[in-house]
Amino acid sequence: MKNFSIKPPQVIILIFLIVLIGLAYVLQMDLIVLFNESLIKLVMNGVLVLSLIPMLNAGAGMNFGLPVGITGGLVGLCIAVNFRLTGFSGFFMSLLLSVPICGMLGWLYGLILNRVKGREEIAGTFIGFSVIPLMNYFWTLAPFQNRQMLYPIGGQGLRPKISLEPYFYNVLDQFCLIKIGGIEIPLGLLAFYGLICLFLYLFFRSKVGRAIIATGENEAFSKLSGIDIAGIRLIAVILSTILAGIGICVYSQSYGFIQLYDEPLSMYFPAISAVLIGGSTGRRTYIFEAVLGAYLLQTIYLLTVPIANQILIPEVTEILRTLITYSIILYALLYRDKRGIVH
Amino acid sequence: MRLRQRAEQLFNIEHIVPVVFLFLSFFAWQVSGLTGTFVFNQVLTRFIRDGILVLSLIIPVVAGMGLNFAIIVGAMSAQAALLFVISCQVAGLGGILSVIFLSIALSVVLGFAIGHVLNRVKGKEMIVTIIIGFLANSVYQLVFLAGFGTIIPVANKEIILSRGIGVRNAVDLSMYRNTIDKFWLLKIEGLEIPLFMILVVLLFGGMIYYLLHTRFGREVKAAGSGSEKAEVAGINVNLLRIKVIILSMVLAALGQLVYLQNIGMFDVYTAHMNADVFSCAALLAGGASIKSAKIRHALIGIFLFHTLFIVSPQAGQNLFHNAALGEYFRSFVAYGTIAFALIINVKRENM
Repeated sequence: MKNFSIKPPQVIILIFLIVLIGLAYVLQMDLIVLFNESLIKLVMNGVLVLSLIPMLNAGAGMNFGLPVGITGGLVGLCIAVNFRLTGFSGFFMSLLLSVPICGMLGWLYGLILNRVKGREEIAGTFIGFSVIPLMNYFWTLAPFQNRQMLYPIGGQGLRPKISLEPYFYNVLDQFCLIKIGGIEIPLGLLAFYGLICLFLYLFFRSKVGRAIIATGENEAFSKLSGIDIAGIRLIAVILSTILAGIGICVYSQSYGFIQLYDEPLSMYFPAISAVLIGGSTGRRTYIFEAVLGAYLLQTIYLLTVPIANQILIPEVTEILRTLITYSIILYALLYRDKRGIVH
Repeated sequence: MRLRQRAEQLFNIEHIVPVVFLFLSFFAWQVSGLTGTFVFNQVLTRFIRDGILVLSLIIPVVAGMGLNFAIIVGAMSAQAALLFVISCQVAGLGGILSVIFLSIALSVVLGFAIGHVLNRVKGKEMIVTIIIGFLANSVYQLVFLAGFGTIIPVANKEIILSRGIGVRNAVDLSMYRNTIDKFWLLKIEGLEIPLFMILVVLLFGGMIYYLLHTRFGREVKAAGSGSEKAEVAGINVNLLRIKVIILSMVLAALGQLVYLQNIGMFDVYTAHMNADVFSCAALLAGGASIKSAKIRHALIGIFLFHTLFIVSPQAGQNLFHNAALGEYFRSFVAYGTIAFALIINVKRENM
């Protein structure tokens, strides 16, 4: 965590967070319940945030094509639910299925991104946007048989919201749940998250991982030292996509529903802004930054809902969230190149 | 070698994309079973509705700034102007004139700010304009959903939700509806041709064409072909880029006003959605690229893109017995066209 310093967006976010906690205290909300929930929210969204790191480190920018990985993970989830797998076997089966699917999608996505070097972000945005309607065909036409997944009458295809209640709802959340007084610590969930962090940490210590970082920092130099730039970037994109698939599996088991169709579109901007809040500049990113950012952003999200409901108009919560999210991304885009990092 | 050159000429993006669109829309039209008259009337309506919005994209492309997704901000400033004027209950010609004046003023100010921002991020304009569009949408919703009735006093109670805060989802514009569309309406055996509005769109096209051939236009082209070269020639590129964005935003605001008066119903929170993406896709469908766009690309593109747009739900219904599939297809076409154009262009740039 060399040269880790607090930057303007983080200051604003911290002030905002303190004000919110103060407000929650004044409004006599149960802070312990909120804390418990914040831990779950951290892991629920945290894996998606972690999934951005490989691409950021490879210099491929913020992954605006996150829906590619998310839809891959959703396919894995749907197949697991189709065979009515329950409990841990269901959850791990969906992980196991989503890894190869995301790997394939990530490979294709990486090949495209290698062609548009320097413009990954805008190309990724529109690849993400166009994957959604393509996958809508899949959700509508794929021959799933589990009646609970399909439209009840008349309609064709999967429901937009499939309940995981009878399958593997909260399997990770409830695993090794420790209760101390009112505080609940979901140890299993945190351990799973920790494992992924550890894997990423070790990965960036390995030869391939170091090559990824080198490519992101100075492409011309790494090329001279004999690194296969295209291959390395491809690996980073594939890893990002696979992690996104795992991320959506974790998210869905916490949330209790598989959300299909246009829903992936609402997930990736918060993830990107989380990693930026943590202190990433849109380039080399540390795991710590992703975790911190995910925690800060999710806690703010968590606190705004009840507070806005009490003192403001209900719709304002959602608007404020998007406002925060987009301002942070815009800030990062504007100030990224001003920090002496030339590319 | 010569064969390859000829093949490249033949598969030039300027020809291949419109031809693909032509085939797709012809096929979808055949499947949909809609009558030619109906489709033609619809496409003409879309042509006058979206024409100016699509035209507003051309100058930034020529200036080398890529597709200006921030035209959605121009569209929103037009809507904001309209809401302010309706809330102050200015009726009649005075109302229309003040809407036009206010929306131009708002879009000039916002265009100036966005132009400044874009000068910081040369080479990454497109992604920044997209994020600006999303951000502006949040601000817009905040102002009209939470600000109206609380901070901003509203005289006209009709447009406010019953709780006293926030504008209704839909505001009726029947007093403005089709005021100018019905001028010189030609009717030939079921075909309705709003001659005046077509002329207006063409006039805007002509204005942009003229502008690109004045000194200003030559400077814009020079800036588009390379900033350094233009700098050497003594052009203030940064100022020029701000002017270009302001012009594009003002055109977008006017375009949105035409769009709204044609629809006659003003969906406060959704009318501007997709104005950017659909306009960009229409421009690209006509054969434009991210580096070059001409008036004819815009005019042809609107026809091709919207023909496909109108017939595809019905085609989906007839092919798969599911209209939703047709709609997925058309949103795929809209986003896919832009993604395709980006991939093709940047690849060329890198070679």
